[in-house]
Amino acid sequence: MTAPAAAAEPLARPATLEVADLRTHFFTKAGVVKAVDGVSFAVAAGEVLGLVGESGCGKSVTGYSILGLVDPPGRIVSGSICFAGRDLVGAPEEELRRLRGSRIAMIFQDPMMTLNPVLRVDTQMVEAILAHRSIGRRAARELAREALAQVGIPAPERRLRAYPHELSGGMRQRVAIAIAFINAPDLVIADEPTTALDVTIQAQILHLAQELCRKTGTAMIWISHDLAVVSSLADRVAVMYAGTIVEQGRAGDVVGAPLHPYTRGLLGSVPSAVARGVRLAQIPGMTPSLLDLPPGCRFRARCPRAGEDCGVEPTVSSPRPGREVRCWRPHLEAAA
Amino acid sequence: MSARAGTPLIEAQGLSKRFVKAPDLAERATALLGSAAARAEVVRAVDGVSFAVAKGEVVGLVGESGCGKSTLGRLVAGLIEPSEGRVLFKGRDRAQLVGAEAKAARLAVQMIFQDPYSSLNPRMRVSAIVGEAPLVHGLVPRAEHAAYLADILTRVGLDPAYARRFPHQFSGGQRSRIGIARALAVRPEFLVCDEAIAALDVSIQAQIVNLFLDLREAYDLTYLFISHDLGVVQHISDRILIMYLGRIVETAPTAELFAAPNHPYTRALLAEVPRISLEKRSFRPIEGEIPSPLDPPPGCHFHPRCPFAMARCRSEAPALVSIAPGRASACHLNGG
Repeated sequence: MTAPAAAAEPLARPATLEVADLRTHFFTKAGVVKAVDGVSFAVAAGEVLGLVGESGCGKSVTGYSILGLVDPPGRIVSGSICFAGRDLVGAPEEELRRLRGSRIAMIFQDPMMTLNPVLRVDTQMVEAILAHRSIGRRAARELAREALAQVGIPAPERRLRAYPHELSGGMRQRVAIAIAFINAPDLVIADEPTTALDVTIQAQILHLAQELCRKTGTAMIWISHDLAVVSSLADRVAVMYAGTIVEQGRAGDVVGAPLHPYTRGLLGSVPSAVARGVRLAQIPGMTPSLLDLPPGCRFRARCPRAGEDCGVEPTVSSPRPGREVRCWRPHLEAAA
Repeated sequence: MSARAGTPLIEAQGLSKRFVKAPDLAERATALLGSAAARAEVVRAVDGVSFAVAKGEVVGLVGESGCGKSTLGRLVAGLIEPSEGRVLFKGRDRAQLVGAEAKAARLAVQMIFQDPYSSLNPRMRVSAIVGEAPLVHGLVPRAEHAAYLADILTRVGLDPAYARRFPHQFSGGQRSRIGIARALAVRPEFLVCDEAIAALDVSIQAQIVNLFLDLREAYDLTYLFISHDLGVVQHISDRILIMYLGRIVETAPTAELFAAPNHPYTRALLAEVPRISLEKRSFRPIEGEIPSPLDPPPGCHFHPRCPFAMARCRSEAPALVSIAPGRASACHLNGG
């Protein structure tokens, strides 16, 4: 598959990150799991890219691949990850280690994955700063206190001395976000950071992420299964299905006039006020196993528009300005 | 509360549930040594809740984690006994029923659990999980049992050929269907669905929501649909109860609640719901977090986070009073 290196839409600012035809496969006893299979996208400074898909579509593995966090039996088999003029695929581990936590940071779904349960918050934050900067301990602690205040934690001086278990779920996620942003990274990858949180706490975290990106010019990849969250947060959206990006474009365009039948099905599955009590437009069947993908289009078996030509794997086309879709029969009639 | 014809199917009157944690040995020892006296910690998970559900109605129960909605669901389903108050089934106190009537009343109310993994016994085959109860309770003769089982499985969208399988051989969506089949197998009139679709992917969620809508038609069912997901509740419910820290703060028909929420907490909750939007939006979250139910604030439980809190809110708990036909709200702003 020859996918264009970047999104068809010319980016307003130079791309912070450009991923081209990335393939991350897992070589298991049962066979080769093609978790990420030809993914291309770009993110510019200050931009939020929403990476949407259901469980097992490869969205998290895409994030881990960028950070070089894919463990055996998985490995990146081909493609490039261009960050700050360097290709991270095949870069030495020492270079990746220096990038992680300083230039590229990650926020996980479970903040306890970021936080060490037996260390106080200040110990962990100071450690994160000193790993990448040569400043004094006291200055580092002052930075940590400012970072906590910036993410809206009341009484930051007291929270610095707390252990993670003494904080609520929302507070922990704030601390994890403070740590991610503490070295002023160019790129933050957020993997479902609000999925485990309540609605009002989720809104607080979304607000915070939006503010931080706006203020610092950090590029962000927001990985989520929730189209509603992504549509209101992201500038651009990429929809993943079974290891590939099936559609991407500006968030409003993708949500307003989806081109790919899968995106359309996902949007139809979200309950809305318009059709209370009416059956939802469900997508039949379930996601195919990545071990044993059908030939041709991966969505063919569940697709209402599938036909003979879908037996051949579709290529990426750009039927509208700034849009990309991987489908032989996109919904062109619906988009005005 | 709401205008209703005839006797409600289920009615909760002044329902409370307290969980008490007695001081352990170490705490009693420190008390003996002269520190603060050890006292039992009491969590008022459900605090004086009254509501009624009419036959054929779908009532949504919404709240954030820790608000007591699952405990209320378990009280209604009869899985736990209330500390105070009573549950009426077709106008009769369920605790007073004896013999065959008590058994019938219990069978008529079934529960569907959140986690389709831990709520199914991994060592039982689907045929036993679904088929055991109707056999034990003598609802079907042994000779017709196989046909009955096949019918129930078909109704929830499972292939009867799968009856010999174990739960681990199914996907999450299929397991949800097994849980629903188990509840349906004893021919209930009332289903308590506790976050029944929260663990599922969006496209599978839509399938299960549709199944609930179909089953309601087919079996003339009544639901208490517990969820933190306002979108789903809005889609499926006729009427909604909003719960905060053990108390119901507002109840209204679905359309009216979404058109004109009365209680400040409801308003905040509705404002924070992520919706599919064509434009990036700014999140303006309400401050603060849900207080611990161990130590709820005095007066109105919501006052520390409420933008309209007055002096009275800090001392006096507002009663749930009718504000319009079929609507009630517990807020001092409504006067009275």
